[in-house]
Amino acid sequence: MKNTYRVGCSIENLRGIRDFIRNSLKPYGVGELDISEMVLAMDEMCSNLMIHAHQCNPDDLFELTVSLDRDKNVVFEIVDDKSVFDINAFQEPDLNYIVHEKRKGGLGIRLVKAIMDSVEYIQRNGKTVCRLTKKVQFV
Amino acid sequence: MVQIKRIQEDGVDIIVPIGEVDASSSIELDLVIAKSVGEGYTKMLVDCTALEYISSAGLGVFMSYIEEFKDKHISMVLFGMNQRVANTFEILGLKELLTIASDKAQAKQLIA
Repeated sequence: MKNTYRVGCSIENLRGIRDFIRNSLKPYGVGELDISEMVLAMDEMCSNLMIHAHQCNPDDLFELTVSLDRDKNVVFEIVDDKSVFDINAFQEPDLNYIVHEKRKGGLGIRLVKAIMDSVEYIQRNGKTVCRLTKKVQFV
Repeated sequence: MVQIKRIQEDGVDIIVPIGEVDASSSIELDLVIAKSVGEGYTKMLVDCTALEYISSAGLGVFMSYIEEFKDKHISMVLFGMNQRVANTFEILGLKELLTIASDKAQAKQLIA
């Protein structure tokens, strides 16, 4: 299985991304809690990309693919023209610091790292590919 | 998309988000809480029974009020989360920072 979704960088499109992921994984018997966690992680990755790399420009498109690899891990790829921010290089702030500073941001990357097993960045055909993998339970 | 209702019961402001709170709609949750604070409510319940999804943008809204609520002696209790929403709070360890009840009756006891 490999499904692809091309989407403009408007945060209004996040709902469509979530539906795309749910609809792609449900028929393969991936557990509901696993799906909801991955939806959350990919919502964070895509909203970060839309907001920080593309300033929410709806005319900028990127590609999201979801597939199952040979070992039945779920693999997501975000393919974009712009360089994608490397979350592995980001030290997420302490929760108490976020509370103290009354910050609204800073939780998303923590969620992605907690949910996904690996996040890698590769270059392919002049584009940046962010690949996220998770081992899941099947029902 | 989220629709947010407010109901006042016995001096408690009950905020009811219906639908999905994400980066595009978290501002609405923020505005409703700010309005409740502005109107002087010191007891706030967040009825999550119709909340289908919340991303970190929505969680961040709740987090951003923790200090202000402490300063102003405002108490807030969230209740009625479905398993997926509750799991999101749990992954981030927010159950330690926010008061979360299973249902309205328990929430009312906690806020009394």
